[in-house]
Amino acid sequence: MSAINTTRTWSRRIPWALVIWLVVLSVPWMGSRFYTFLATEIVILALFAVSLNLLLGYTGLVSFGHAAYFGIGAYTCAILMKTHGVPFPIAFAAAGAMAAAFAVVFGFFCVRSTRIYFAMLTLAFAQIVWAVCFKWNSVTGGEQGLSNVPYPDLGWMASLPLLGDMRTADHYFVLVMVLAGICFLVLRRVVASPFGRMLTAIRENPERAEFVGLNVRGYQLAAFAIAGTFAGFAGALFGIFNRGVFPDFAYWSKSAEVLIMTILGGMGSFWGPAVGAAALALLSHQITTVTQYWPLVLGVVLIVLLFAFPGGIAGALGSVRTRLRRHRRA
Amino acid sequence: MPDPSFLVGQALSGLTAAMFLFIVASGLSVVFGVLRVLNFAHGSLYMLGAYLSWQITHWLGAATGSFWLAALGAAAGVALLGGLIERFLLRYLYGRDDLYQLLLTYALVLILGDAVRITWGTQQLTVQRPAGLAGSFELFGAVVPTYNFFIIVLGPTIAIVCWLLLSRTGTGRMIRAAAYDREMLAALGADVGRLYTLMFMAGAFLAGLGGALVTPVRSIVPGMDVEIIVEAFIVVVIGGLGSFWGTFLGAIIFGQVLAFGILVLPGFSIFAVFALMAIVLIIRPAGLLGRPLA
Repeated sequence: MSAINTTRTWSRRIPWALVIWLVVLSVPWMGSRFYTFLATEIVILALFAVSLNLLLGYTGLVSFGHAAYFGIGAYTCAILMKTHGVPFPIAFAAAGAMAAAFAVVFGFFCVRSTRIYFAMLTLAFAQIVWAVCFKWNSVTGGEQGLSNVPYPDLGWMASLPLLGDMRTADHYFVLVMVLAGICFLVLRRVVASPFGRMLTAIRENPERAEFVGLNVRGYQLAAFAIAGTFAGFAGALFGIFNRGVFPDFAYWSKSAEVLIMTILGGMGSFWGPAVGAAALALLSHQITTVTQYWPLVLGVVLIVLLFAFPGGIAGALGSVRTRLRRHRRA
Repeated sequence: MPDPSFLVGQALSGLTAAMFLFIVASGLSVVFGVLRVLNFAHGSLYMLGAYLSWQITHWLGAATGSFWLAALGAAAGVALLGGLIERFLLRYLYGRDDLYQLLLTYALVLILGDAVRITWGTQQLTVQRPAGLAGSFELFGAVVPTYNFFIIVLGPTIAIVCWLLLSRTGTGRMIRAAAYDREMLAALGADVGRLYTLMFMAGAFLAGLGGALVTPVRSIVPGMDVEIIVEAFIVVVIGGLGSFWGTFLGAIIFGQVLAFGILVLPGFSIFAVFALMAIVLIIRPAGLLGRPLA
């Protein structure tokens, strides 16, 4: 018994998130352009999915329009950097601020309705954002989007140790890792804070939360704004990574995609959605090399997962771990 | 002031679009009303109806009434598929979070979209208007295709038939009871499972019928599923989820906003429609004729 306890506390003491962060950070040193590309995409999408989970998993709000804030962030950053030549740090901050502002305005109306109506209203607002991006040719580039979004100026990274002989894409990956890492850290703090506990209480029983004196709508709006802000950061990073922003970023299928990542990974844990994002991105790249019918395969995989792993991938891993532990104890 | 014949033409084309949309959206609304499932794959069933009816007309050739046979055959085929989906997939998810049902229907969107692409390719397909309805006539100076007029009449007819079925028949009473309280109905000895399958089939039938009827007016292409599902959602949400007449009202409003929005804000009519949906939801969260969820 004591032996098990020591192994448990020992494994608890390892900061697993940091270890994984370091492992992922080492991807560019594998020397493959493709791996860096894939890793960048996964990290950004993971941030997007984890931001959604603040609403979905922690507050119990099903947003069907989370792509709106992703798109707003992407467009804000890209327009500032490409059209106005604003340096990246300011554009990045502005992307978060803009996404936050829209999330507050839209969220103000959304949190007044519940369940399916909440989902529909978030969808309606997201489609408005999409329609504006799609039609406002002079600013957003309309249907064609904005291509050739410049990379941030990362020349200074070359003078850092270990980073000298790397490509721009690798430098950008390091930047993404740092920024996304900070975002994850902040989100983790939010979730673990008393504020985060309040959100969970609201998810479990909104009536009761209201009854004990919580301002339920206020908390929900705050969660909505925070989730939107971080989706905006993810969008800003993705636009540069993608070398272009397109109206599709705010389209409902993008919202559905991030919902799938979150549910697939498991909304019951903080890192579940990140696992889902990684799984989906890896699957997509693997399968598209074999067949052009990627949606078909994804659909089948989704159905199988739906019936085989009710708690998502993270949930399944968790139950395996509990079973192993019980097995060892027995 | 634009000339009146133009306004009449615009209103009628809006009304035609509205009735097409109503036929499809009513299926979505009925399924949501009874099963509480928001069926993302409804648009895919609509698309499948369009392709199936093209296939059947293709087989039948120039035989008389081939268009109508094809439309009914396609709708029946889609209904059958709907029955299989409900019985073998959806049924096992009722006890779980609504999200999983949504995920399943989204998976079906992906699968059916690709299945259509594999079977019929990606090129546009077209179907001729049925003989007898191929002409057009003049109304207040506006030229109205006879087929459009037929759709404008068919929409309300379907609405009234469905409403009579729901309000005047024994099965209709059971359906309404199931929408209120599933467990109670089951406890009273009704076969709720069969009722659900039936309702899902009915919804799929309407989707397939809508898809088949739209073929003479719009070209059949992959991607028509995504286009219609968003529109059908808007209609259902504006009218009130699960409210049958609400869907009818929502479709008419949608059609007119789209038809006249083009005059006010050319190019921004999609924007007008989404804005309308947002405004309705802000003022009446349950939609125009919907009841708030318990």
